[in-house]
Amino acid sequence: MTTARVISLAPVDIAIIAIYFLAVLAIGFYLKRFAQSGEDFFLAGREMTAWVAGLAFLSANLGSLELLGWAGSAYQYGILAAHWYWIGAIPAMVFLGIVMMPFYYISKTHSVPGYLQLRYGNGASGLSAGSFALMTILMSGVNMYAMAVVMKVVLGWNIHFSIWVSSLTVGVYVVMGGLYSAIFNEVLQFFLIWFGALLIPVLGLMETGGWKGMVARIQANFPGQDFTHLWSTLGRHADNPMGMHWTGIVFGLGAVLSMGYWTTDFLVVQRVLSAKDMRSAKMAPILASFFKMAVPLIVILPGLLALAVLPDKLVPESAMQAGQHSYNEVLPLMLARYFGPGLLGLGVTALVAGFMAGMAGNVSAFATVWTYDLYRPYIRKTAPDAHYVAMGRWCTVIGLFISIGTAYLAMGFESIMDYVQALFSFFIAPLFGTVLLGMLWPRATKAGGFWGLLAGTGSSIAMFFAVKANPSFLSVIALSTEAKPLAEDMYRALWSCLFGVIVTVVVSLMTKPKPAKELEGLVYGCTIIPSEGKAGLLGRPIFWAGVSIALLIVIQIIFW
Amino acid sequence: MKHYIIPVWFFVGLLLAIYGVLICASGIMEYSEPAKTVLSELHAPVWWGGVLGLIGVVYCVAFRPKRHS
Repeated sequence: MTTARVISLAPVDIAIIAIYFLAVLAIGFYLKRFAQSGEDFFLAGREMTAWVAGLAFLSANLGSLELLGWAGSAYQYGILAAHWYWIGAIPAMVFLGIVMMPFYYISKTHSVPGYLQLRYGNGASGLSAGSFALMTILMSGVNMYAMAVVMKVVLGWNIHFSIWVSSLTVGVYVVMGGLYSAIFNEVLQFFLIWFGALLIPVLGLMETGGWKGMVARIQANFPGQDFTHLWSTLGRHADNPMGMHWTGIVFGLGAVLSMGYWTTDFLVVQRVLSAKDMRSAKMAPILASFFKMAVPLIVILPGLLALAVLPDKLVPESAMQAGQHSYNEVLPLMLARYFGPGLLGLGVTALVAGFMAGMAGNVSAFATVWTYDLYRPYIRKTAPDAHYVAMGRWCTVIGLFISIGTAYLAMGFESIMDYVQALFSFFIAPLFGTVLLGMLWPRATKAGGFWGLLAGTGSSIAMFFAVKANPSFLSVIALSTEAKPLAEDMYRALWSCLFGVIVTVVVSLMTKPKPAKELEGLVYGCTIIPSEGKAGLLGRPIFWAGVSIALLIVIQIIFW
Repeated sequence: MKHYIIPVWFFVGLLLAIYGVLICASGIMEYSEPAKTVLSELHAPVWWGGVLGLIGVVYCVAFRPKRHS
């Protein structure tokens, strides 16, 4: 498919992009001297403040994939896409900070599979590490694809050139500085994304005459469809563009998928594990939750504005004809609409930075899980620390090359986010049930953890292929034949998590539990949680957790 | 702290300051040759570049590297 490129870059735009590449390489080179031991390379020396860990935690999820994919989803599904930022993120981030972080932190684990190793032994840990490594590489491929879309549409650049230059840059700086480099660049990217994208909604709202003007234009462009209400259209599947029912959002997304992603996806949890002390580790995801709540301003709102102002209607990737643009191109099209020379360079740099940070996050997490949860327990149990650091560096390079190969897998999906959410429902939703039972229920056993995780993951993949083979199964799995792929993902996540939990419970009750002594530091009721130290009200994580949840409720009411 | 690392905020400030200057300058040049974009009459690059530059300078000064003995 060939499409005309949206914009041309001026010399100042090229200079802005080039400066970014030089800056990340220089930072990687500077940080190389600090990444000597395993703890330095894989956990950034555990010396990050709550702010740095929190922003890195959020930025690891705020890649170009997030920007392009969710802006596209907002165009496709309207404001319903914001559920993934609000009920689909905030409660989970707060839950991670208050309930789960103490266990990850005091067990001194390097990773989530590392926690499972301590709690359930090698079976569940190996399964989780294997599926995580696979998912990470597939996600890296999606990031790569998102990048290729930007380069193709916005710049008209050769796809292969842009993929290789960006990937090699990521490879060089992560190999040099490990998680230090990844985190520094994620913080840098956080600012670039905000400053690069915030001007789109500002100018967009000026053009439409504010929120009311935007809604009026959307209603004129798409009569009879409601794109601007968050909850009031969720009573029936047929009443909203997503084909979603509120139970899918509340239970599938809010209670399972988002909890799974934000509390057990090691890519994001690894950032918080780099925090310097317990209070910072608890505060990091809670601080991040406030920024997360604001992200729809730069992701969802541009998608809605595109519904109001773009002269041509966008289409799914799979249905594109010559001269048309797909949902995933919403953000580049909006950049082209408002940004002239200079600003365009900043906007494109924000997307490039998002892509590179996403790649860096994936490959650094892949390197950690491979080295500590697969290579060390199964291939080489005893080796000097330097050997594992060298292995981590090699894994980074190998992971990048495999990711390039997986980029093309993403192209067969209607929208990028469908692909991502399908992956999450396979691997993350069942994992959440296993980790949560492990932390909260002392009776859960090694066999229960392994078989529960296997059953949950297997059932999720089976449901996915069952619907592909026979679409009428959709009415059973997603409760309606009207359900769109995102709605199907939510229900699949819910059922697979529940199935995994049931299997874990049944198998655990039939097998012998670990003695309470061996569960110290791993399970509630068997663990004394260390003090956070003295702090006033404003320094206490629980206070800010309450503020975050209250703000979330207010936002839901405003956009009801 | 095992060692001294220049705060990430300094790098953020440096990059924003450089970008602010470049964007503001290109915005000023648009007065003679307006860009073909919607709302170009608002001259967004001038004020947005100014905001970036200002925040960048503040971060550079507040988080400048310390002399380490």
